[in-house]
Amino acid sequence: MTDAALPTPRPPRGNFAPRVVGLATIVAGLLLAELLIRTGLINRFIVPPPSEVIEAFRRIIVEEHIFGRFLTTAAECLVAGILLTLFGVAGGVLMHRFKLLQQACETWVASVAAAPLVIMYPLFLVVFGRNALTIIMMGFISGLPPSILKTIEGIFATRKVLVNVGRSFNLTGTQQFRKILFPAALPTIFVGVRLGLIFALINIVGTEFLINYGGLGALITDLAERYDLAGTYAAICFVILVSVLFFLALEKVERWLRPVD
Amino acid sequence: MAAADAILVADKIAVRFETAEGPVTAVDDVSFKVRPGEFLSVIGPSGCGKSTLFNVIGGLLSHHQGVVSVGGEMINGPHKSIGMVFQEESTFPWRNVTDNVAFPLELVGMPRDKRIERARHFIALVGLDGFENRYPGELSGGMRQRVSLARTLASEPKILLMDEPFAALDEQTRLLLGDKVLQIQQQLKQTTLLITHNITEAVQMSDRILVMTYRPGKVKRIVDIDLPRPRSSEIVTSEAFGRYVAQIWNDLREEASRGMRDEESHALHHHGAGA
Repeated sequence: MTDAALPTPRPPRGNFAPRVVGLATIVAGLLLAELLIRTGLINRFIVPPPSEVIEAFRRIIVEEHIFGRFLTTAAECLVAGILLTLFGVAGGVLMHRFKLLQQACETWVASVAAAPLVIMYPLFLVVFGRNALTIIMMGFISGLPPSILKTIEGIFATRKVLVNVGRSFNLTGTQQFRKILFPAALPTIFVGVRLGLIFALINIVGTEFLINYGGLGALITDLAERYDLAGTYAAICFVILVSVLFFLALEKVERWLRPVD
Repeated sequence: MAAADAILVADKIAVRFETAEGPVTAVDDVSFKVRPGEFLSVIGPSGCGKSTLFNVIGGLLSHHQGVVSVGGEMINGPHKSIGMVFQEESTFPWRNVTDNVAFPLELVGMPRDKRIERARHFIALVGLDGFENRYPGELSGGMRQRVSLARTLASEPKILLMDEPFAALDEQTRLLLGDKVLQIQQQLKQTTLLITHNITEAVQMSDRILVMTYRPGKVKRIVDIDLPRPRSSEIVTSEAFGRYVAQIWNDLREEASRGMRDEESHALHHHGAGA
């Protein structure tokens, strides 16, 4: 180590090259798919040409009111995301705090994380009814385990020297948690919340699809049953858009809470 | 030195650990006193229990025998009179330099404006003006250690306790940071206890050096360093400095050799057992 300040490697402002390359990759992929479908190498009755999908956007926006569906799914995701963050972080903190709870529960929480919870939708239908609450709860429950597990991992991974700094300043248990353990664990907690959101979105759209209720998942069922392949793929693009928006928002929140790592 | 003259007294400190191979005595019967404003270094070979002693004095290790007292008050746990600077990098990466340094002031509930002003004073003291809004990730290792030092100084401890704070730095940075610590210590008349294995560093900065034996760590000798003050890193070229380094190395060589032999036989034993 030297005493000279190290320049932080940051992409210069206004450098759009990575974005342009990223966009160009997508365009190239779409053009390749279009070519393979038009030459018959990919069956157009399984995958519609991207040009038809792009054309279908206008139709699903005007005729299928996709923005309303989009907002419904996004709202369900938002509520599930807030719940899994609150309960996941609190659960992780409690399991870190109480060793017995951790020893008793961590294994089965990890097992739940790996289980295909979507198959439990009939149970949720019975408990909550065929409504948005079932969908939100499916998303919440499936996203909860990674959020809990990553919170525990983040807190345990806090460098011992930082804990000792806190001890040397005579911090109380609460101060130690608020001022050191929690901020130190924040990047790992966010990994858990991101994973939780992925699980939640999959299960929310999956449940909408299965119970044919609510937002984008239900629309995808409708379009698929009508064999409107182009429309189905266009609707799937909106599911991806929900995911992208949530990830961007989460990144902003993380940067706000912890400006630099 | 009478106990009444001392700001810090360590009396018959002993620490034993239970290991898989049986109990190990890390530190045994270590006693010394530190005068107000004095710079005392504790030096010894690897494995002599220096860091254990650091943890005992800092109150981070409670299962020890003997007594540590500050200003006549017996302590058993972290104490506001003792400010610790750790060997490992210990800045908070999520706080900028100002907020890192202001950390202890925040804990005592000082209003934000006032604590920022105080933090800037200590940032200037360690020579980091202009870096107030930088984050540790944007600083070099030496600068981060200076942030840690400023943070500890901001709590205005009676005793500054440092555990090999420059161990991870290169030699030139280490010498220059030594200058900075000396300058601050002389300016604040800060009582300082430095744990180190670096002879040059110890002689450059100390009024007295406590030489420890290899395991179990005991006090082998206490050497008075009669070099003129104020000092800087330039002193390392003087003849008297060289004599002190040679004298302490003579004391340490036997202990370091013993430590090396012990580690070798330990490694052989483990290799033999594992083979």
